[in-house]
Amino acid sequence: MNAPFSPQVSRRSLLQRAAGLGVTVSFLGGSAFAVADGAMARRKMVVIICRGGMDGLTVSPPVGDPDYAALRGDVAVAPDKALKLDGTFGLHPALESVHALALKGQARIAPAIASPDRARSHFEAQDVLETGAAQVYGVNTGWLNRTLEVMGPSKVEALSVGATAPLILRGKVQAASWSPGKGVDETARLPTLLQDLYKADPMMGRAFARGLETEAMAQQAMTALNPAPTPVSTDAASMAPKAMWQNAVNTSTATPQGMAPPAMASGPQAIAAQRQGREAARQLGSTLAGFMTQAGGPRIAAISLDGWDTHAGQVGQLNTRLSYLDAVLDGLNTGLGAEWSNTVVVAATEFGRTARVNGTGGTDHGTGSTALVLGGGLKTGGIIGDWPTLKQEALFENRDVRPTLDMRGLFKGVLAEHMGVDRAALDAKVFPDSADAKAVTGLV
Amino acid sequence: MSLPSNDVMAALAATRFGLGARPGEIDAAKSDPRGFLTAQIRPEGADQPLGGEGSAQRLAEVSDYQMQKRDAKTAGDPKTPAVKDADKALRDQVGDDFLARARLGANTDAGFRERWALFWANHFTVSSTSLGVASVADPFEREAIRPHVFGRFEDLLVASSTHPAMLMYLDQAQSVGPDSKTAQYRRKTANKAGGLNENLAREIMELHTVGVGAGYSQADVTEFARAMTGFSVGRAQDPSPHQFLFRANAHEPGARTVMGKRYPQEGQAQALAVMRDLAASPHTARHVSTKLAAHFVSDTPPPALVARLEKTYLDTGGRLDEMARALVAAPEAWDPAPAKFKTPYEFAISTWRAVGAEPSAIGKLAPVLTGLGQKPFSPPSPKGWDDQAQTWCAPDALIKRLRFSEGFAAVVADRLDPNAFAQSALGARLTPPVAKAVARAETRREAMALLLMSPEFQRR
Repeated sequence: MNAPFSPQVSRRSLLQRAAGLGVTVSFLGGSAFAVADGAMARRKMVVIICRGGMDGLTVSPPVGDPDYAALRGDVAVAPDKALKLDGTFGLHPALESVHALALKGQARIAPAIASPDRARSHFEAQDVLETGAAQVYGVNTGWLNRTLEVMGPSKVEALSVGATAPLILRGKVQAASWSPGKGVDETARLPTLLQDLYKADPMMGRAFARGLETEAMAQQAMTALNPAPTPVSTDAASMAPKAMWQNAVNTSTATPQGMAPPAMASGPQAIAAQRQGREAARQLGSTLAGFMTQAGGPRIAAISLDGWDTHAGQVGQLNTRLSYLDAVLDGLNTGLGAEWSNTVVVAATEFGRTARVNGTGGTDHGTGSTALVLGGGLKTGGIIGDWPTLKQEALFENRDVRPTLDMRGLFKGVLAEHMGVDRAALDAKVFPDSADAKAVTGLV
Repeated sequence: MSLPSNDVMAALAATRFGLGARPGEIDAAKSDPRGFLTAQIRPEGADQPLGGEGSAQRLAEVSDYQMQKRDAKTAGDPKTPAVKDADKALRDQVGDDFLARARLGANTDAGFRERWALFWANHFTVSSTSLGVASVADPFEREAIRPHVFGRFEDLLVASSTHPAMLMYLDQAQSVGPDSKTAQYRRKTANKAGGLNENLAREIMELHTVGVGAGYSQADVTEFARAMTGFSVGRAQDPSPHQFLFRANAHEPGARTVMGKRYPQEGQAQALAVMRDLAASPHTARHVSTKLAAHFVSDTPPPALVARLEKTYLDTGGRLDEMARALVAAPEAWDPAPAKFKTPYEFAISTWRAVGAEPSAIGKLAPVLTGLGQKPFSPPSPKGWDDQAQTWCAPDALIKRLRFSEGFAAVVADRLDPNAFAQSALGARLTPPVAKAVARAETRREAMALLLMSPEFQRR
């Protein structure tokens, strides 16, 4: 803990901690893209995928809805704790930075949004969310990747931070990935020899070449940033098995029957762990911003945030996850600086959760949820889409928030108005057969 | 479909069906590559890693630790040295479990048997979402998976679905029927009923048995979840402490209808009857066969291979030993082109096997796997680890594999003959360009790193 280390090392260790907490970043876009066309060429977009089924009624509790408190029981956010947005909605108290932005007109909610999938299966719904298809197994590439295909030119690249690339980025445009670790010298003999061997294996060849380029770019991104603030652990500590198991435990507060909550779930240790987690998440956001503000840096990025499947003990679990989400957004906002006004961020999930609390202090797989839309250039406005209310007859299949807005319509609205993507291509190629899901207008 | 030569088949037997060739393994398989594999199929199931306690013992320790922690907190200092030591001891045990399992993988002469067991452990995934589940992740494999991997699929399903690890991981242990005696009692006394949790029921249908395409509805999931109420884990004061316990009072009374069939049974027989039908479903045969073929042979498995496995499943009532034999017998499984890209665990284990060694310490093994995206006992969801090339053959992952290979070579290469090593690791799968690159390398270390990073070694 007291050993001297360079800012780069401590930043890497923080990012490793973020990865252990289930937070990873991916991004797309390259130099050719960046010089595309005038003012629009500075525009940036970040998609945050909250995996596991994020509970919209906790993210943006409709504390003014007369049925909210009764449906939610013990897991309801108290009206005086919610950060007020309007007469109906508030934000969860952990979303402090989001609320500060909302007060400036730089954050809005879409409180009853869903992808076209209705199966309530994580894997199916995440596939639909990431492929942009109307149904599961419709296509096997990600819509962010196809966006780049449509926008061209061909030198555009995709990059994901984390050991693996998420589906939303996969496709014809080669995706790269990067995660913190020891550097590799790309001019050394071994990489050169390997590139020769990989001529016979194009899949490995492309991936390896991109890995070497990205490593060089990462060096630049990390030296360009300010030194990290007070580090929370050394490289060695964050990689040690003890830390690994602590991370495994921290991510859940599920309470098995007949057992006390797992270690670290409450008390001062948990608070310290959560503070460290927040700091790591903030660094992740600002590091991504560091990549995106470089000349020729990526303009489109995706972040994965795991751990939203709250079947039991959801109050504590969501408090932690939302504080990480808030910290990532704060890091992005702060790190982007002046570029925040050229950026739109959308945080979305594969489905919402049941309107009623279940028997175990949690909620089961549902349908409509909340998406967050943030950016320095947003137009002011109320909620995005209609609020169907929580009246019994308004619930979808008598259990879930009824979706009033198709997720694809929100993404298409951002891509059309903010990124300048051709509308016909959005309806046909980026989101196939999606003409019925009208693009949301008036966002920027 | 014609088969490749015995030399090629022997290399495939060790690297594709097994966990990578140990020195001499490919030679041992040469006379009869298929027989080399079928000899590893045995009624008593997979091998057991050395050491380790049972899950009841582990959960008792976790329970003791949590009581100790509560007491310390009440007394004002939750971080006494005794509490910290107990916490560390529990976490160290999990690390020891994982190391023992990795060593079994590195040392076993029956690599096919171990890969087969790992496949089923991943099919019935549990993940370290709490200290409790982490503590029984390995006992779960020992008790619920390994003994049954060459038995009937239905037995494996029941063993998994009644094991404390699964019941805790997917929240089943706390699920209470809304009209059960327990719920009624709680409404009266605590103003809090408790209720249904459909997590495990859904994943059994979606992931373990019939799969998403089988045409079941939300109502079927909820009905199955009602049938499963009562499947729980005993507390310290219960008749079967820290083991499977059927809580009759928590069971939702009445008949259930799942996928069009009525289940009038009472008690735990009801959910077991649903499981029996799920296991016997042609959808399950298709789902399991597709997954097996995709794991062993190709990300896009040949339909003929899937059809063979499916037929075997249906003809034998889901006998997994017969499935294993059918896989070995299928000519499609012996296509010499290596279509599968190794997962991080497979890659790491195969490097140790290639030099006839085993991982020395969990502190060395765990960071490598975590860095490559496969944190020990922590798959990202109940779906388990992915095994598709698109997931693992990513730019950053390759850079990290290179760093690992360089580090590994720095430790072991200086006592090996690179050319002989290349032969024993890949046999007839070694291609001329790789053999040449190894032969021309500047140092033994470079030769070894090149071999480990070659497409032939990264794939199987």
